[in-house]
Amino acid sequence: MNIAAQAAIMLAGLSKSFPGVHAVERLSFEVYPGEIFGLVGPDGAGKTTTLRMLAGVMPPDRGTATVAGFDVGRDPEGAKHHLSYMPQRFGLYEDLTVDENIRFYADLFGVNKAERELRSGQLLRAAGMSEFRGRWAGKLSGGMKQKLGLICALIHRPKVILLDEPTTGVDPVSRRDFWRVLYELTAEGVAILTSTAYLDEAERCHRVALLHQGRLLFCDTPAHLKARLGKGVLAVTSPDPRRVREQLQNAEGISSLVLTGDGVHIVVDDVARRMAEFQARLKQAQVPFDQIQRVTPTIEDLFVDAVSGGKVRR
Amino acid sequence: MNTEDRSVLIESLVKRFGDFTAVDHISLETRRGEIFGFLGPNGAGKSTCIRMLCGLLRPTSGRAIVAGFDVAREPESVRQHIGYMSQKFSLYNDLKVIENLHLFAGLYNVPRDLVGERIAWALEMADLKGKEAMMTGTLPSGWKQRLALGCAVLHRPPIIFLDEPTSGVDPISRRQFWDLIHQMAAEGVTVFVTTHYMEEAEYCNRLAMIYRGKMVALGTPTELKQKSMKGELLLIECEPLGVAVETLQGAPEVLDAAVFGNALHVLVPNAGKETARLQAYLVAREVQVSKIEPIRPSLEDVFVALTSEREGRKEPV
Repeated sequence: MNIAAQAAIMLAGLSKSFPGVHAVERLSFEVYPGEIFGLVGPDGAGKTTTLRMLAGVMPPDRGTATVAGFDVGRDPEGAKHHLSYMPQRFGLYEDLTVDENIRFYADLFGVNKAERELRSGQLLRAAGMSEFRGRWAGKLSGGMKQKLGLICALIHRPKVILLDEPTTGVDPVSRRDFWRVLYELTAEGVAILTSTAYLDEAERCHRVALLHQGRLLFCDTPAHLKARLGKGVLAVTSPDPRRVREQLQNAEGISSLVLTGDGVHIVVDDVARRMAEFQARLKQAQVPFDQIQRVTPTIEDLFVDAVSGGKVRR
Repeated sequence: MNTEDRSVLIESLVKRFGDFTAVDHISLETRRGEIFGFLGPNGAGKSTCIRMLCGLLRPTSGRAIVAGFDVAREPESVRQHIGYMSQKFSLYNDLKVIENLHLFAGLYNVPRDLVGERIAWALEMADLKGKEAMMTGTLPSGWKQRLALGCAVLHRPPIIFLDEPTSGVDPISRRQFWDLIHQMAAEGVTVFVTTHYMEEAEYCNRLAMIYRGKMVALGTPTELKQKSMKGELLLIECEPLGVAVETLQGAPEVLDAAVFGNALHVLVPNAGKETARLQAYLVAREVQVSKIEPIRPSLEDVFVALTSEREGRKEPV
């Protein structure tokens, strides 16, 4: 049997409700070995609840989920040896050094010394943290702490990794290091499911599930998701964005218009045609603008289009 | 005091805690009616700076004038002329909407005969009319945010400080919230936003990027994207990615190469010149290139470029 083709994580109609709220509603998708799969959505979309169910710490109401071949509802303990779950606040010991924290988790997972040295050396290097082995965990920056948490969670070579908003509040440089560690793991065939409230972070995943209020909006690669919008986006830069908006908001062919700090961002049906029209219109009304450019749609554009266009998949 | 004074002026502001310099000689000025963003990761010194600007913390050295008052000498007056809103902490969830408004009117010393009028105005502005009796804790997050904003401006301050006002909020509520902010700015209120959230920074007229207590860049979002990068960004879709990124990190003319989902982001001095050369370089090393095109850097790209340069590092091998 071809192991690589078998899903490492599989959800089928997974649901969970709390009093007054459907936190997760009939969620289905698969994550394959070597894949980084993003659970993307704003606060309250159901990301944490989904991860908790997969980690075996919260039973689902309905539906099934298997992780590394174990059914999390019937056998919540089964997958635990093959799985690593990093919640938003990962338990690091602040008064232990980086190395001591790693050793603690290695012992907890029964990793022998030789393997621990090999593995931690490799992970610390990938995370850009080799020179900080002797520092107290409490003295690390937020980004470094997150990277150390990841290293501890990976020391026993799990097959499946569940990460809950690992990069929230982390500085962008550490965030890149963090992602580099994730990309390196994919080469080992690890399946990674990570959640984020940053819609722009979806671009870093191989595939993403876009969630809104417990439901799946879309599940695809970032490139396909953007192609799916089927519309173009124009960015107008101007010293007076408000006047640009006033002038253009009722123009034909616009499905959404957002005021940004130094311009407006407009989703349109026909880029070439609207660009010429808007240019003429702004010139005629003597509204100052620097340029009108075609830009790549963002995942946020897709999200807004899907939610406000009422195209939520039921 | 004339209205032109009512903004923020910071000159060489410094705050030290022991031997740690949290804010390191920051200078800047905001115009009346401007939406000014303070962008940086957690721990960069943003909150320390804001606390000084709100008159809650005394600067070690330097000077800050807020709404015409010196923050070190007249902290009380500063506090009466600003509004402060943080997404997470500013409301009492177990009070009704109207009770939160009354509470804040009291905290901000709104004159008794004006309270009714100001609350009516805040409800109107926040689009919460008819919701007065709802428990704050049960409001959807977008409404809660607008209520928090309404509470923060009941005393009609000329300057408001917003601390990560829309982090983690769904994009539609976030857009509505920022529309409201832009409207207030149009009426002359100066808005000072702190955030670590790049998507939020796009809504600001001007941005200061803060890293380890220092200001590393200042400009409009577009200026920062166009001028602070040392090179231009190329998106390369190719197979296999792992081989490609390693090869490119050693390639001449490549300043940085990183995996980005199913593609690579590669920083080069000149995208027009380098495209063909990189394609040939990759093909010669048995990498299949399916797409190579210049892309606009994001604010995050800018931030990474500026801060890694400062540490004197390229990419660790």
